[in-house]
Amino acid sequence: MFNFFLLILIYTGIYSLMSMGQNLMTGYTGMLSLCQAGFFAIGSYVTAILTTRYGFSFWATIPLSAMMAAVFGILIGLPTLRLKGDYLAIATLGFGEIVRNVLNNWDSLTGGPMGIQRIPMVKFFGFTINPYKKIAFLVMVWIFVLVFYIMFERLGRSRMGRALQAIRDDEIAAEAMGINTTKYKVWAFAIGAAAAGVAGSLQTVYSLSVTPASYTFMVSVLVLCMVVLGGMGNFAAVILGTFIIQLISYFPQLVGLSSVIPAQFKQILFGLILVCMMIWRPQGIIGTRSYMVGKNRVKMEAADELA
Amino acid sequence: MVSVSEFFQHLMNGLTLGGIYALIALGYTMVYGILKFINFAHGDILMFGAYIGLFCFDALRGNAPLGTWTFISFFIAMLISMVVTAGLGVATERIAYRPLRKANRLAPLLSAIGVSFILSNSAAWIWGTQSRKLNYPFDNTPFNIKGVVITPHQVMVLIVSLIMMVSLILFVNKTRMGKAMRAVSLDQDTSRLMGINVNQVISMTFAIGSALAASGGMLIALDYKVYPSMGMMLGLKAFVAAVVGGIGNIGGAMLGGILLGLLETFGVAIFGIPTAMKDTISFAILILVLLLKPEGLLGKAVKEKV
Repeated sequence: MFNFFLLILIYTGIYSLMSMGQNLMTGYTGMLSLCQAGFFAIGSYVTAILTTRYGFSFWATIPLSAMMAAVFGILIGLPTLRLKGDYLAIATLGFGEIVRNVLNNWDSLTGGPMGIQRIPMVKFFGFTINPYKKIAFLVMVWIFVLVFYIMFERLGRSRMGRALQAIRDDEIAAEAMGINTTKYKVWAFAIGAAAAGVAGSLQTVYSLSVTPASYTFMVSVLVLCMVVLGGMGNFAAVILGTFIIQLISYFPQLVGLSSVIPAQFKQILFGLILVCMMIWRPQGIIGTRSYMVGKNRVKMEAADELA
Repeated sequence: MVSVSEFFQHLMNGLTLGGIYALIALGYTMVYGILKFINFAHGDILMFGAYIGLFCFDALRGNAPLGTWTFISFFIAMLISMVVTAGLGVATERIAYRPLRKANRLAPLLSAIGVSFILSNSAAWIWGTQSRKLNYPFDNTPFNIKGVVITPHQVMVLIVSLIMMVSLILFVNKTRMGKAMRAVSLDQDTSRLMGINVNQVISMTFAIGSALAASGGMLIALDYKVYPSMGMMLGLKAFVAAVVGGIGNIGGAMLGGILLGLLETFGVAIFGIPTAMKDTISFAILILVLLLKPEGLLGKAVKEKV
C-alpha cells in the first residue's frame, strides 16, 4: 500500500514534467498540441538506445533527449505554427502517431514492437538508483520536477512568458506590439517538447524497458487532462492536476478493485473530466494565477463577462 | 512501369478508398464551415455508426442465405445506423459543444477531444476491443474486365458514395434548409436577424455529417475490420482530405477525399512506399498543403480581420 503510493508519486513526478511542458504550450501560449506522447517516446528511446548500445551514462543522455525532442518540436512546429491553431492539433496528432509508427517499424534501431529491454540502472557516485529503491528514485524524480518547476515559473514571469500570454490572448494585437509571434511560439513548443523528452528518459530508467505500445495517443490526452484539470497557465496547479489524474488512474489497484472496474472506465472518466471542466470550470480547479491583484483583477473578470 | 490494366486496377482501388474518405471528410467540412471548429469526435461517431450498422445487419439477416433479403437488409441496416448516428451527433453537439459556443477557441476543441475519448472507450467497454467483420451481404466474387479485378463491394462503395454526395449537393443547393445552412456558414448573426433558427441549422449540420459518417462506416465494414479505435486514423485521414480540398467547402471535401484515396493507393503501388508507412503519406500531404496552399484546392484565402 505504501509502496503503491510511492509509485503514484513517482509517476506524478514523471508526468508532471510532461504536463508542465504541455502547460507552456497550451495554457500559456494557447497552442493545442496533441503529441506529448511522441516527444515522451523520443526521449525514452534516446536514453534506451544510447545506454544499451553505446554505453552512455544515464546523466549524459538527459540533455540529448531534451535536445532531440526539442529539434523534433521545432521541425513539426515551424510549418504548422504559422497557421491557425486548429491545424496544429491535427498535425501534432498525426505526428504522435507517426513517431509510434516509426518506432514499430524501424527494427534495426528500435527493436520494433518488442522494444528495448535490459536498460542499465541509474548510477549516482557508486550508488544505484534502481526502481526497487522507490524512495531514492522518488527523490531523484522530484529533484527534476523542482528544477523544471523553477525554470518554468521563471520563464512564465520573464519577457518571453509575457509575450506568450499576449499571443494567447490576441495574436494579432501581440504581433502589432512588435512580438515576433512565430519565434516565440516555436520556442515555447521546443521547450515544452524538451520537458517531455526528459520525462521520457526518466520513464526509461524506471521501467527499464521501452516498447512502442506505451506511447499511444492516450498518453497525450492524459497529459492534456492533467493541465485542464489543474488549471491552464498555472504550473503548480498543473502538478496537482497530474497527481489527481494519476491517483484516479491507479485507484482501482490501490483499493484492490482492478478486477471489478473495467480498464475503459477511468478513460471514460478522463473524457468526462475534459468535457465537464470546459463547460463548468474552464480555469481548472485552482485557476490561473493572474498577475493582477485585488480590485483590478475583479474588474478584468467583469469586463471579460461583458465582452 | 505499370501496365494499363494495373493502372486501372489501382485507379479503381483508389477511387473506392477515396469515396469513403470523402464521405467522412464531408462531416468535418460541414461542421467547420458553420462553427469554424474541428469536430475531433467525428471519427468516433463513424466508428459507432459502423458498429450499429453491423449489429443491425446481423439481427436482420438472421440465418438467411445470401440473396435478395441479405442485400436489402444491408441497406435497412445502413439506414437505421444513419438515423441513430445522426441522433448521436446531434446529442454530442447539444451536450458538449453548444454550451461552449461563446467560449474561447480552445474550449470546444478540448471538449471534442473529451467526447472522442468517451465514445471510443465506451465502445471498447460495451463491445470489447476485438475487431469484428461484417458478414457479406451479397456474393463478393470478383469479376475481371480485361485484367482489372473488380469486386462487387467496390462497385457498391462507389455507387453508395456517389448517391450520398449527389443528394447532399442537391440538399444544400436546392432546399430551404440547405439555403439556411449556406447563410449560417456565411454569417451567423445576420442569419439570425433574417429569422433563421441558427441552433436548428447547426443541429441539422451535425445530423447530416454524422449520418454520412455512418454510411461511410458501413462501407468500410464491407472490406475492413471494425474496432473501437478505428475512428482515429480514419478521422485523421478524412480531415486531411477536407483540408486538401479546402476546409469548409463541400465540393472540396469530395475532391480531397478522392485525391487522397488515389494518392495513397498509387503511392504504395507505384512509388514503392512501404505499406507500413502508408499512413504517413496522408500526413506528409497535410504538411505540404499547409505549407504551400493552406486554404486548400478549392478554398478561398480568408484574411483575418482585426
